[in-house]
Amino acid sequence: MSSRTTRDRLPLAVMGLAALAVGFFALPLLGLLWRAPWSSAWDVVTDPITRAALWLSISCSLWSTAASVLFGVPLAWVLARVEFPGRGVVRALCTLSMVVPPVVGGVALFAALGRRGLLGQYLDLWFGLRLPFSTAGVVVAQTFVAMPFLVITVEGALRQQDRRLEEAARTLGATSWYAFRRVTLPSIRPALIAGTVLAWARALGEFGATITFAGNFPGRTQTLPLAAYLALETDPDDAIVLSLLLISTSFVVLVGLRDRWLGAAASGTGRSVAER
Amino acid sequence: MFAAASLTEVFTSIGEGFEADNPGVEITFNFASSSALAGQITSGAPVDVFASADAATMSRLTDAGGTTGAPMTFARNELVIVVGAGNPRKITSIRDLADPDLIVVLAAPQVPAGRYAAQILEQAGVTVTPKSLEADVKAVLTKVTSGEADAGIVYATDVRAAGDEAVGIAIPEAANVVATYPVAIVEGAPNPAGASAFLAYLTGPKGQATLASFGFGRP
Repeated sequence: MSSRTTRDRLPLAVMGLAALAVGFFALPLLGLLWRAPWSSAWDVVTDPITRAALWLSISCSLWSTAASVLFGVPLAWVLARVEFPGRGVVRALCTLSMVVPPVVGGVALFAALGRRGLLGQYLDLWFGLRLPFSTAGVVVAQTFVAMPFLVITVEGALRQQDRRLEEAARTLGATSWYAFRRVTLPSIRPALIAGTVLAWARALGEFGATITFAGNFPGRTQTLPLAAYLALETDPDDAIVLSLLLISTSFVVLVGLRDRWLGAAASGTGRSVAER
Repeated sequence: MFAAASLTEVFTSIGEGFEADNPGVEITFNFASSSALAGQITSGAPVDVFASADAATMSRLTDAGGTTGAPMTFARNELVIVVGAGNPRKITSIRDLADPDLIVVLAAPQVPAGRYAAQILEQAGVTVTPKSLEADVKAVLTKVTSGEADAGIVYATDVRAAGDEAVGIAIPEAANVVATYPVAIVEGAPNPAGASAFLAYLTGPKGQATLASFGFGRP
């Protein structure tokens, strides 16, 4: 097996540092498992408020992931392929929410989409649409912080990609849309999946922008991270159970996706690159 | 020093006065909801003094052996209805909060301000459907002053701190709740001498005068 020889060749120092990194991530999780009140865990998990929060977390994060793909892939495509003045500024602008503290992001969303916001006042006036304190507001907040993860991943892949294939398709008469769909998209599939999963995971764990922009109300805007934070106020044990529920939900999806999609897709491109 | 979010402005000011009277002493504050702070203290945060916005949170810490000596009450505060500048929705009483077209936000029942608000609404016999249960009382105030919410229930001192941006509407005494603020030295305080000096200053004439100037009542 080629993977076996690669592993043998790695210097001991690298293995040691990598092991420390694994411990750095594993230890806090073990700490949670160690502190968890296993006897009352089932009661917390089956509590209607917890289940509402879990359902809201899953559905909102999926909606915001869908929105991230719908808008993020075209954005990444434009950023990677279209030369225009100020492209660097636009790229920085679209990834700003990765570095801005999420609570500040929530305040910014208020200023834009709130009842008195730049655009929000007209949404309210013309359509009676009010995003703050609504489930749609949760999706907006999550999309705001999650989409850049997809854009960056997909744009990176598009830039590294061999454009001659796409150009060959175009010279053979394919439209740019057809070439993108049949040539470009399949070749960036691993990056697209990785970006989608990253965006989804970021949306699932989103706290700051959500509680600021969408508020906190059980069944409407209280996602699992919010429920965990509020449980911390009165019952830290409940907060640990809710955190573990959140962690296990994302863990199952991340591990499942890696094996089913990402692993297969990654090795697939690995082979085609080697063949070329 | 850990202090309840509703003490942010007044303790910052008292801290400056205390530092001026005690050269060489420097106070570091951590303001958050009382229950969150109590949780951090129980988890072993190195703290000298804890000032809580309700007696229940303090007694939970005391029962867990988290304080040295009995807590002292150093101030009182009452709750009011808060609305935006000019009271655009013309709210005059607690009953008006029942209007379903009104966007009302309250503090979450997990924090003192939220417990008090729930108690007040129950005593007044008013059913309110809040749009959001905020994580702390300052977040309720912000939602109202920013115009995202029409009304909320906060401490009288919060409205005073907001200046022109907010208007407070009194809640009748029969329905209102008086919040008492207890303070205590934390068990294992790194600087117990400094902690007792601060408590003496806080309950002394200078501390009480500052509290009064921010709208707090005497204990």
